[in-house]
Amino acid sequence: MTKNLSRRSFIRVSALAGGGAVFALHIDPATLFAQGPPPGFTPPQFQALAFVTINANNTFTITSKNPEIGQGVKNMLPMIIADELDVPWASCTIVQADADQSKYGAQVAGGSTATPTNWDPCRQVGAAVRQMVLGAAAQRLGVPAAELTTAGDGKVMHAASKRSVTYGELAADAAKQPVPMLSMVPLKKPADYKIIGKPVKGVDTAGIVTGKPIYSIDFTLPGMLWAVYEKSPVYGAKVETANLDLIKTLPGVKHAFVVEGTTNLQGLMPGVAIVADSWWQANSARKQLKVTWAAHPTSAQSSAGFQTQADQLGKGAPATSLRKDGDVEKAFAAAGAKVVEAAYMYPFISHTPLEPENCVAHWQGDKVELWAPSQTPAAGLAIVANTLGIPQSAVKMHIMKSGGGFGRRLTNDYVAETAYIAKQVNVPVKLLWTREDDMRHDMYRPAGYHYLKGAVDQSGKISAWKNHFVTFGVAPAPGAAAGGPTPSGYAPAANIAGIQFPALFVENFDFGDSKIPLGVPTGALRAPGSHAYSFVFQSFIDELAEAAGKDPVQFRLDLLASQKYPAPERGGDGFDAKRMIDVVKLAAEKSNWSAPRPKGTAVGIGFQYSHRGYFAEVAEVTVSADKKIKINKVWVAGDIGSEIINPLHAENLVQGGVVEGISHLMQQITFTGGAAVESNFDKVPLLRLAQTPPVIEAHWVKSNNPPTGLGEPSLPPILPAITNAIARASGVRVRSLPLNKHGYSWA
Amino acid sequence: MPYNLNVNGKTTTVDVPADMPLLWVIRDVLNLKGTKFGCGVAQCGACTVNMAGRAVRSCITPVSAAKGPITTIEGLSAEGTHPLQQAWMEIDVPQCGYCQAGQIMSANALLSQNPKPSDAQITTAMNGNLCRCGTYLRIRQAIHRAAAIAANRPTQTARAAAE
Repeated sequence: MTKNLSRRSFIRVSALAGGGAVFALHIDPATLFAQGPPPGFTPPQFQALAFVTINANNTFTITSKNPEIGQGVKNMLPMIIADELDVPWASCTIVQADADQSKYGAQVAGGSTATPTNWDPCRQVGAAVRQMVLGAAAQRLGVPAAELTTAGDGKVMHAASKRSVTYGELAADAAKQPVPMLSMVPLKKPADYKIIGKPVKGVDTAGIVTGKPIYSIDFTLPGMLWAVYEKSPVYGAKVETANLDLIKTLPGVKHAFVVEGTTNLQGLMPGVAIVADSWWQANSARKQLKVTWAAHPTSAQSSAGFQTQADQLGKGAPATSLRKDGDVEKAFAAAGAKVVEAAYMYPFISHTPLEPENCVAHWQGDKVELWAPSQTPAAGLAIVANTLGIPQSAVKMHIMKSGGGFGRRLTNDYVAETAYIAKQVNVPVKLLWTREDDMRHDMYRPAGYHYLKGAVDQSGKISAWKNHFVTFGVAPAPGAAAGGPTPSGYAPAANIAGIQFPALFVENFDFGDSKIPLGVPTGALRAPGSHAYSFVFQSFIDELAEAAGKDPVQFRLDLLASQKYPAPERGGDGFDAKRMIDVVKLAAEKSNWSAPRPKGTAVGIGFQYSHRGYFAEVAEVTVSADKKIKINKVWVAGDIGSEIINPLHAENLVQGGVVEGISHLMQQITFTGGAAVESNFDKVPLLRLAQTPPVIEAHWVKSNNPPTGLGEPSLPPILPAITNAIARASGVRVRSLPLNKHGYSWA
Repeated sequence: MPYNLNVNGKTTTVDVPADMPLLWVIRDVLNLKGTKFGCGVAQCGACTVNMAGRAVRSCITPVSAAKGPITTIEGLSAEGTHPLQQAWMEIDVPQCGYCQAGQIMSANALLSQNPKPSDAQITTAMNGNLCRCGTYLRIRQAIHRAAAIAANRPTQTARAAAE
């Protein structure tokens, strides 16, 4: 969990011309390494985690260090600093940091990590700078600092003499003040927050609604050319032939060449690049491109084949045991035990952020400058350095605002492609993917197959839980026969931990997995893992509740009350059942859970501990005789700690998580011949306004825990809440997704 | 081949192939980047502009088929004073914001034909616009709010008469 910064961390100050001053928080590298270096991290001499600039005109510039992908981090982190600095939010200008973990610490949009890892440091930065301003004011006014106050308006006041002085007037002197020890700086009491916990509008909203060129796709450089990149539909296959001679004669085309590529499915894959004066010309030329692709060992893989392999593996014992408690077989055989067996499945799905992958690269002889909408800029620097064979110090990246991420931009494949193409053509190049590129070359959420067997005993409690999870392993080696279990590692994002709930809440527990070798690129999708397991495990809990003749909410509360291990320390990672009980109760109360509903209408519930957040969600669903589903209303209860830092955006994120989770129920990417079949939104029905529940209520349990992130945890529970409601409304249990393959459609 | 276009009240001539979609003319020839590329097949609505007052998907509209004045997000107002821009800011609709220019232009076509739409009419008019972040409920709320703002504003003619 988050650790306080070392005492060796400190603030370094630079004076600005005109009387302003810049305050940078520097952290001892040893402190960062104690917390584990971020990916792609090269040890520098000092790190500056966040910057505050006090301008002489009493305005403030705050640097936001993390990539903004819609999660609102460009508001959230600066809000924390500004509140402790005690200045008006309206006087703050927020600027985006470039990619430089040696200056800013970890810069990641992923894992809902920004809040828990920055809550303490950002508050300490704001508070420390305020202390320095107070010190300068004390000297200026000739009074003890203890007699000075601030009231959030950018002024320091001395009540007794009725005098005040602005931060801007004090900036230059504040820069000369002794720097407080960060860990000793007093922080505000929550009751004194003026910005944290208040609804604050998005810093980019005005630019968005007036059409300003603020996104990565909008960025251009003088003399820039445009690129498209064609890759094999079978992932990683090399180019055998391409009609480059024709392509080079087409209007506007400046370059066309084959890229040998690497074998990294998350890096530079083989393909053909076309570079032209405009994107339209490059993409028009591409329509006449004819490529023959080399044979590839994964060209026979298919969704149907995966299902067949999974069913075969599922009948046998797991290749790997992940956790074993007690004796499940004994519990299944016990007198009075009611046993339920079920096979669950979820398909591959795509991320499809609305802004297609794009990047600008400018190769400058021995170094490259990038403008990229990456969720992991440091990993981007590393893969570009590796792909181009240059030191990481020769790669510079500007973090661009991106039109959605959802985990797609955690990998930097498109960044590596752009850098490689730019190096060949020696002028700035912008690569822009089509939607078809995006959907056929995603880092897909891997499918998963769960073969479950559970039992409830005579008292109606879960006495045994057995799961054989069939998932995916690393790609088969070239020349190896496709198929058959692999004992080696997981494919990206196809991993699972043995501790998954209800581990430790059920006495007899047996969990193992088997892996199918996979030649399809996979990766983390918003709330990775938990969004899929939640559908499976929370649905199966309802099946066991039904077997026990228990109400699904009460059954869950009883299960959660049986926690067999100590809860984590305050704010620590790990599952605290008490916090989940509170959100389950709140969701049930707000939804009037026990109220009678008309025939064909029912409520369903699901809960999930995801990325440190505790969420329970209830959906009221009406199912018609012809399997049309209408979601009437959704109630969300969440516990992400003591503060909802920006409640205006928090509500938006909760509603968005629910909308995306509902969308997962109808989506899939299928594979035949080793390639993705679906390639645009006409074949992947994402949720639209007409199917969005008319009301999605967000309710909070503000527990006495440090605040945690909200990008992900509201998503998972809505899937089982809806499938459980369908089962209760219609009597039909759906155990595999998407729903439309069972004849369901949105009303 | 040269085409005369009236975009945001300005007439310009562009010399581009007949089949070049309006989207790329607007973005890369006229350098108005507010209109967005999302799918290229009229399935997401990110490229929506108004043409002769109607919402059209500029990604599948060849420049040769452009008829009548075109309005893009930039044409509503540069400073954010248009009722839809005001409502979007007041309610703080966006998350990533990438779809919102298209959403607003679909809403603009709706309000120009129906100044006080119902929920159902909003759903019909807006269902072609995807929002991957799921801001749909705020979009609906903002359209109602924009309708109210517009209704409370004196019209151009009324203002002119008063002056």
